[in-house]
Amino acid sequence: MEDNILLQLNNISVIYSDVIQVLKGVSLVVRKKQIVSLLGSNGAGKTTTLKAISGLLKPENGKVTEGNIVYEGHGIHNSSPEQITRLGIIQVMEGRQPFKLLTVEENLRVGTATRWGKPYKKDLELVYHYFQPLVARKHRLAGFCSGGELQMLVMGRALMAQPKLLLLDEPSLGLAPFLVREIFEIVKRINEEQATTIMLVEQNANMALQIAHYGYVMENGKIMMEDEANRLRENPDVKEFYLGTASSGALKSYKDVKAYKRRKRWL
Amino acid sequence: MEFFFQLLIQGLSVGFLYALAALGFVMIFKSSSVLNFAHGDLLAMGAFFFLVFSLWWKLPIPIAFLMTLVGSFAMGFIIERLFLRPLIGESLILVIMLTVGLASMFKGLMLFIFGGNLFAYPEFLPQNLSIQLGNILIPPVYMATFIISILFLLLFGLFFKYSSQGIYMRSVADNQSAALSLGVHVRRVFALSWAIAALVCAMSGIILGIISGVNVHSISIIGLKVFPVVILGGLESIGGAIIGGIIIGLLETFTGGYISTSLREVVPYIVLVLILLVKPYGLFGLVEIERV
Amino acid sequence: MRKPKLHPCGNYNEKYEEELTIFETDFGRVWVLIGLLVLFVGIPLISSNYALYVINHIGIFAIAAVGLNLLIGFTGQISLGHGAFFGVGGYAAAILTTRLGFPFYLSLLSAGVITAMVGMIFGLPSARLKHLYLTIATLAGQFILQFLFVNWESLTGGSMGIILPRASLFGLSLKSDQAYFYVVFVCLVTMLWIAKNLLRTRYGRAFVAIRDNDRAAEGMGIPIFQYKLLAFAISSFYAGFAGALWTHYLASITPDPFTLFLSVEFIAMIIIGGLGSLTGSVFGAIFITSLNEILSHASEFFINLQALAGIALTIAPLREFIFGLAIVLFIIFEPRGLAEVWRIVRSSFRLWPFSY
Repeated sequence: MEDNILLQLNNISVIYSDVIQVLKGVSLVVRKKQIVSLLGSNGAGKTTTLKAISGLLKPENGKVTEGNIVYEGHGIHNSSPEQITRLGIIQVMEGRQPFKLLTVEENLRVGTATRWGKPYKKDLELVYHYFQPLVARKHRLAGFCSGGELQMLVMGRALMAQPKLLLLDEPSLGLAPFLVREIFEIVKRINEEQATTIMLVEQNANMALQIAHYGYVMENGKIMMEDEANRLRENPDVKEFYLGTASSGALKSYKDVKAYKRRKRWL
Repeated sequence: MEFFFQLLIQGLSVGFLYALAALGFVMIFKSSSVLNFAHGDLLAMGAFFFLVFSLWWKLPIPIAFLMTLVGSFAMGFIIERLFLRPLIGESLILVIMLTVGLASMFKGLMLFIFGGNLFAYPEFLPQNLSIQLGNILIPPVYMATFIISILFLLLFGLFFKYSSQGIYMRSVADNQSAALSLGVHVRRVFALSWAIAALVCAMSGIILGIISGVNVHSISIIGLKVFPVVILGGLESIGGAIIGGIIIGLLETFTGGYISTSLREVVPYIVLVLILLVKPYGLFGLVEIERV
Repeated sequence: MRKPKLHPCGNYNEKYEEELTIFETDFGRVWVLIGLLVLFVGIPLISSNYALYVINHIGIFAIAAVGLNLLIGFTGQISLGHGAFFGVGGYAAAILTTRLGFPFYLSLLSAGVITAMVGMIFGLPSARLKHLYLTIATLAGQFILQFLFVNWESLTGGSMGIILPRASLFGLSLKSDQAYFYVVFVCLVTMLWIAKNLLRTRYGRAFVAIRDNDRAAEGMGIPIFQYKLLAFAISSFYAGFAGALWTHYLASITPDPFTLFLSVEFIAMIIIGGLGSLTGSVFGAIFITSLNEILSHASEFFINLQALAGIALTIAPLREFIFGLAIVLFIIFEPRGLAEVWRIVRSSFRLWPFSY
């Protein structure tokens, strides 16, 4: 086994409430200090994959039934979220879930839960350094902040935990394009400057593949394709189905049939 | 007029006491949305801890006091671990019913050990605690009530506002799954909220014991008064609990003083029903009911 | 003649009527008839007066428990005021009988109706309230009613209470335990039958829908407020009816028994019996009433032993402790109550020897 591997998922299956199988044998590898992006349409199982890693399946009555998840040499597929977060895996959940009745700074302080009692002033400065707009909002209740600020808030909150592996679930959801660019820029900087490994789940495949080193494409609870991010961007299928940048146009009718067949292969 | 002021002072101190008791209740409700019907029995338990330490074991008062706080803190922890922990994820009706069962259990246990008699603490409040305002005398008991209640309300206010653990507890109340994703130990927070609630209850229980003696029935019935207090003041803040507590406290003492003593015990509930009929989410109407 | 139905292997229902039947097989129907026959003929013959006294209590409490289960177990609205509602029924019956000379059967029904109205008043907050607030409203109801029992002396006789004449039905005296046994159990069976059938109607289905998700129920077009109020009314009717039966049985009434503890006792019955199960309510009433009797016997036994008289005094509160303990243990270990235990026992007999 290579020693620069941080996290490895071996053929895992996830079942919700003992009946609904969402993941059907997913295997993937996350190498240290990389950004790995996980693409796929709605319901492909991306979020479930993240929750399987972070242990947040349990409260939703989900279970890893087969396979194993190895993080830094330990199997973590049976651990509780409390244990997993203390190993340095922090998930930023989809849809920005701030603590509405806490101020911005208090929200950030919740991020220190994994190392309660240790000083956190430096981390606060670091977060404010990356997310400048939060400084002015320090003492405002999170419930009154805008979407962009909240996205920064929840990412900053996760950063407070000094994660080794940061799981980002759709950070671009519902944000203006220029904000999306800004957020991705910050993600990239965090990865480079803090040496944080990042796993990124995105619908916005174009943006995601621009900053990622490696990419996986999921469909129906399985990994359909994996490659270096720049090669994935050149792949015609990915181009057509996820990036929406296929250079078709003129040759519609004939290509449609082929595209349909190619599409079928994916499903 | 003098009578009026006597009642006013009595009402205010009772009100602060209720606010303190309500604080413990709100803490459990906010962190785990459990309605604790065993609240009154936690009050009584605290009062009896102190009784045992101070009167039976004859420990010096400060040590007895500290041991009561530690003992009830541990008690709350144990209660959560033994009875509430297995029910995480069960339907709310069952959890509420469980606290009803616990209330009955604890009351039975205390009656078994101490009987239905009225006990009194040894006299320990210094007489010079009382204050003479014009021709109104504030007796030491009420001064002690004011001091202890305000001190603890302030202390917990600061705890929740500034300490990390307090912030974690609020975060769990706010958004449990987000708190979990950040590694907040949610089960520990539940346990802690029970422990702190028991501790706060012990405080109020001791004060109640000083005011009117220690008796299982009369103290545990006070625990149910937190319901009107909480409904009136809203569940949002410590400030709400204080306002609710003072309103109920004043209402009670003035009814008792001017109308009739037998009406005194029910007047909070009558007001409560009227308020619920007119303003279903309490006077301050901030409470958001949980979504389905 | 149609073919008698035996228990099918698997679920072969083809019509809604088949799914809605009370008895899946004719076999079950026969068993119930046999059971009732044994109950009415056998028990009065073999039981002593004391046993009948206990059994009558079980029957009366079972009626109230069935009503409470309709409210908590089927509609999902918690009430902590049923002890007082039970008392309202008792007082209504006592006052109607002594002041207005109502006959026995009429006083039972009117007591039920009056209690239903009182229950609806305290159910009113259920319009916009859920768990916390509603439970507290009924708790307030408990205290307010208790206060009225003691303090509205012109009506209730205060703490002295009211003495009733012995009940009689169509000229027959109901003085003996045996005579009253028939009254109680005809009432219980009728009330159970009504409840069972109520649950098969659209009202019953609406109740269950409200319990499971009231917002969704509202979205489906169920006017939830009316139905919640209806549930309160029906449930209080049961409680009031049972209270009236009880008062006539004891031929006197005082405010002492109708405390919060009685409310808790009723709740204990339906939790131990099984929330959302009518047979469970009966089991719960049997369990709690027997427990009560056993515990009071235990303390009597200790009083008789002169040397241990001290212990007897302290054993009384153990009753409360054991009640609480029973509730807690059942919730933790068998949240579906005795009804579930009964179902498992029954089906393991039925499926024997192929119990899978």
